Parts: sequence; structure tokens; C-alpha cells
Amino acid sequence: MEIAIGIILGCCALGAGICMGIGAIGPGVGEGHAVANACEAIGRQPESKSAVTSTMVMGCAIAETTGIYSLVIAILLIFVAPGIMVNTLKNAIGL
Amino acid sequence: MVKKQDHHFRVVDWLLIAMMILPLVAGMLLQILTKPASEGISITGARIFLEIPMPLMPLLITEAQINSWLIMITIIGLALYLTHGIRAGVQTKRQTVAEWMVEKVEGLVTGNMDPVFHATYGPFVAAILALSALSSLMAMLGLFPPTADVNVVAGWSILVFILITKNKLKTGLGAYLKGYLSPIFIMLPMNIIGEFATPISMAMRHYGNVISGTVISTLVAAGLTVVNNAVLGWLPGFLGEIPLLRVGLPAVLSVYFDIFSSCMQAFIFAILTILNISGAYPGTDEIEAFKARKQKAA
Repeated sequence: MEIAIGIILGCCALGAGICMGIGAIGPGVGEGHAVANACEAIGRQPESKSAVTSTMVMGCAIAETTGIYSLVIAILLIFVAPGIMVNTLKNAIGL
Repeated sequence: MVKKQDHHFRVVDWLLIAMMILPLVAGMLLQILTKPASEGISITGARIFLEIPMPLMPLLITEAQINSWLIMITIIGLALYLTHGIRAGVQTKRQTVAEWMVEKVEGLVTGNMDPVFHATYGPFVAAILALSALSSLMAMLGLFPPTADVNVVAGWSILVFILITKNKLKTGLGAYLKGYLSPIFIMLPMNIIGEFATPISMAMRHYGNVISGTVISTLVAAGLTVVNNAVLGWLPGFLGEIPLLRVGLPAVLSVYFDIFSSCMQAFIFAILTILNISGAYPGTDEIEAFKARKQKAA
């Protein structure tokens, strides 16, 4: 029983770490690309700085969405999933 | 007579200022009275105050709901205070502030929406913007921000979903259902998922951003406490118990997560509301054609 609970907790922590780690790659690359292109645009047309900046921040916030999803999954894995899984295990064994 | 009117005016002003401040004070008092003292640095959800038994599942009155009601009272007080004694052509300070707010929101709406929405959707967008921004800023007072509970934000995005569906239904139920089969009928499951993905993604984005700030701030504070105990723990007496290393860095994080991120997320939620609703509008020509067809059939 203790070993089973240990495996559940360990796998939840591992899953949360992997989820956040891999999930952060996409938004990182995407936002970097957006900012690089915004810098290029400002360099080409310095007078359009304010418009480009506000659009870029907006776009970054939307590109961040997938990263935020993985964060929500990671939080669920750490705070919610272990309790549910341990309860399920206890019910299955009949304790 | 004039003096008496002036006096009344000032009394109402003070009452409205009290209406703005008292809910926040009440929230802080509630937190002081109900929060267990032993609770150190920990990541917790909204505390449950009351469970009302209901047929399907108990209705929970949580901290998030109480705080969002308090912030609603504050916003109503703020709006009444700013517009109290408003007159055309008079430039008092608060009238200028009120006009600036209304102008900004109307600029947002008129810049991004179809002209049919201009008159009606300004107040809705302003309400969402103010509620979202001030709810997140509540974290500055040490209160539980309602936007850190996914249920509150999901409620707002369900409202947006209802408005989206209402606008899509303007060309009739047939055209709405046919929209699910476009471009070909195989896309039906994808279209249904896409329809429900909009409110879910809006809610999750806002909630995730607020909760990520909370989690990171808490982790940094807890980590600094551990480091402080290791480095400065040898100091005699109470000196060793003062978390000196916790001064500074959490404040910088708070400026980013509590102030910048809160306002940014409120703005993004409002912009997405505007874009989604205006994207669901079929267009004036289509609605005219639909009405003409309906009249012909009748």
C-alpha cells in the first residue's frame, strides 16, 4: 500500500515536471519569434513603435496560452490528482 | 440654500467613498477572523465558508465568491462617486476621470467591432474590464483574488459564449446548425470542439496567468525563508527568526505579477470578448437577406 501511494505521488510529480518542461518550449520559441520580428519591424519603421509594441504584447499573451494550459495541468497533477488517485486506490482495495 | 445643497452633496460623496472602501476593509477583517493562524506559507485554493444543500450537489459559498461580491460593491461605489453631480460642460477632476474611462472603452469597442455593436456593447466590455482588473489587483491587499478561482472566470466566459451564440443565431437556427457542417460534414466534431474551446480557453488563460503569479511568488517566498534559516539562523534570539532575505525580491515579483499581469490579462480578456463577439456576427447584409427571405415565406 505504501509503495503504491509512493509510486502515485512520484509519478504525479514527475508528470507535472515533464508537462511544464515540454509545455514551456512552444511558447518560448513562439514568443521569441514574435519579439524578434517586432524588433525588426521597429528597426525598419521606428515611428510605428507604439503600435507594434502593443500588438506584440497582445500576441505574446495569446501565444502564451498553451504554456498556461500545461501550467494548469501541472498544478492539477500536483494538488488535485494525488488525492483522487489515492482515494480510488483505497476504494479499489476496500480500505 | 446653496450651502445646504453643497452640504448634502458632500455627505453623499463621503457615503460613496465609504461604499468604495468598506467592502475591502470587510474582506480584510473576514480574512483576519477566519484564516487559521498556524497557516504559514502555503498554496491554497479559495476557502469554503458555507455549504448550502442542493438537489444535485451542495452549493458552495467560497472566498472567491465573497471577494467578487465585495469588489462589485466597490466598483458600483466608484462608478457612482465618479458620476455624482455630472453635468455637461463642467470640468471637475472626477468628471474628467469618468469621461476618460468611458472614452477609452468606447474607443476599444468602436475600433474593433461592427457599427451595430457600438451603442450596446461598451458597458458590457467596461464591466468585464473593471471587474477583472480590480479583482486581480485585490491580491495587492493580501486578499484572495477572485480571478485565481477558475469558476469565477468561467462564469464570465460563459456569458461571452452566450453572447457569441446569440449573435450567430441572428441569421436563423438553420444557418447556425449549417455552420457546424462547413466546409464539409466531416468537420462536425472539430467544429463542435472549436465552439466550446473558445470559452474554455478564455477562462483557462486568465485563471492560469493569475494562479501562475501566485504559485511563483509563494515558491520564491518559501525558498527565501529556507535560505534565510540556513544563512542567518545562527543569529541569537529573535534576530534569527526575522526573514531578512525575504525583503526585496517578492516585492519586485509582485509588481510584475500583481500589477502588470493583472491589468494585461484584464485587457486581453476584454479584447478577446470584443473580437469573439464581433467575429460571430454574420454581417448586416446577411441579416437583411435573412429577414427578406423570412418575409417572403410568410
